Amino acid sequence: MLSSYQESIAIFLGVNVLMAFSVYVPTSAGLISLGQAGFMAIGAYASAYLTSRFTAFDVPFGLALFLGGAAAGIVGVLVAAPAVRIRGIYLIIATLGFGEIVRVLFVNFEPLGGASGLSGIQPLTTLSWVVAICLFFFVFLWRLRSTPLGRAFVAIHEDETAAEAMGINLFRTKLMAFGGGAFIAGIAGGLYAHFALFIDPSQFGFSKSAEAFLFVILGGSVNPLGPVAGAIVVTLLPEFLRFLQDWRMSFFAVLLIACAVWRPGGLISYRRAAHP
Amino acid sequence: MVLLQQIINGVMLGSTYALVAIGYSLIFGVLRLLHFAHGEVFMVGAFIALCSVWFLNAGPVLAVVCAAVGCAVLGVVIEFVAFRPVRRRSGGMLAPIVSSLGVGLLLQEVATNIFGADQTRFPPQFEATVYHFGSLFVTSTQLFILATSFGLMLLVHLFISKTKYGLAMRAVAENVDVAGLLGINSNAVVVLTFAVASALGGIAGVLVGFAFSAISPFMGISMTIKGLVVMLIGGLGNVYGAMIGGLVLGIAEVLTVGYLASSYRDAFSFALLILVLLVRPQGLFAGGLRAGH
Repeated sequence: MLSSYQESIAIFLGVNVLMAFSVYVPTSAGLISLGQAGFMAIGAYASAYLTSRFTAFDVPFGLALFLGGAAAGIVGVLVAAPAVRIRGIYLIIATLGFGEIVRVLFVNFEPLGGASGLSGIQPLTTLSWVVAICLFFFVFLWRLRSTPLGRAFVAIHEDETAAEAMGINLFRTKLMAFGGGAFIAGIAGGLYAHFALFIDPSQFGFSKSAEAFLFVILGGSVNPLGPVAGAIVVTLLPEFLRFLQDWRMSFFAVLLIACAVWRPGGLISYRRAAHP
Repeated sequence: MVLLQQIINGVMLGSTYALVAIGYSLIFGVLRLLHFAHGEVFMVGAFIALCSVWFLNAGPVLAVVCAAVGCAVLGVVIEFVAFRPVRRRSGGMLAPIVSSLGVGLLLQEVATNIFGADQTRFPPQFEATVYHFGSLFVTSTQLFILATSFGLMLLVHLFISKTKYGLAMRAVAENVDVAGLLGINSNAVVVLTFAVASALGGIAGVLVGFAFSAISPFMGISMTIKGLVVMLIGGLGNVYGAMIGGLVLGIAEVLTVGYLASSYRDAFSFALLILVLLVRPQGLFAGGLRAGH
């Protein structure tokens, strides 16, 4: 079976796949987010609080994960409600700002440990939990593409005005996309917290959001295979590049630039990628 | 009097934000793209200045000049490596974000491997003299920063509004194709824009290095984010908005630290950002490079 090193890599990979899905869902509706780490932090803190501090009730792990995701999803909908009229570059910078605000609020929120973080989280995340949840979301998102909601996402991504003319409720659909992505990020955060066993706000900074964004842009966003491919490449590549030692991130950086030049639509994309 | 002192400190901090944000605005104004490695150019500027002090025994002025020249070259290289190839293949809005994030990672790691991950500082001969005006005090470093950054803002204004190259830049910002038809070499204008923007970013890095004497390979990350915020507050691509936005953010941050808590400093700037986006999404001062003419 897997060694404990391989198992921890596999769990990190699973969390990253979920983070990639959390960017993929809004991206498939044309909403680019560079602040998903904020939702991840909300899910991580909420579920960790439920399992380790809320001892009056013995909250099962699955329920804690779900509630963490739900908390992130609700915040996602609340944030998206005013943000849906913002587009393109404005939305990117706004979500980036949102992620940083969440981080700073957790730094200042002493009941959850403030800047020194929350420790003593129970080690509840197992590889089977991670695999099961990833598979569930993969199948769900794969099937979603042929539902009215999934088609509405694509329609909005391609042309908002035309989508609205076809009778798609832009506001509601965008809220669903953004809230759904936030929900998945919250679940990913919960799994991460119960594996890392210690969380502090600095783990959910801009670099985490940028990483999740890269999974999807590198992998492609035409179907859920793209984010999976992106997450696998970005997570495993540094492991295979250990022989480069201090220069492995540089190699990765060069790869990013090369991908941006030669595969701007992502690794898994149509021959003529239609991108905004 | 405390308030006045805070405002002086805030203007000093804000003027460095303004320099970074002007760079963002120039690049965004001309290319309509975000440059996510601009904070790293800022960081490299600080290290170039540090090297010039170490090896050339440079004073503050020479250190600033070295950083400006070095970063201008770096900016042009970034344009050729990470922006032009992507643009030529019409990579849309997202591919340049990926490639510039890549450049940022690369510069961070190169700086870490050369200088180490810890904070370094300028040698002690750069310790500031303190001037007292009643209960107010201003250091020589602060005066140098204020003079440099406001001098540069004036130069940027003159460059954009009075010179042929500034006119070409505004023309390309207005419409690339029409500018091309009128005989403007838009690729040359883009190269010039990257050089100017990166020189300003590098100088801001030196000034921040002087003021806080905390130079590290990771000092650019928060500047990348804050520069974007300032640009958006001022109105995307609006150079004058970036100047005012930078000063507003600097003063607001210093007042937050003075009257609330230092740990809320960053939250305030992003709250300001979200407020601006909701109330006036086009920024406080709408319009691009051409605004004000």
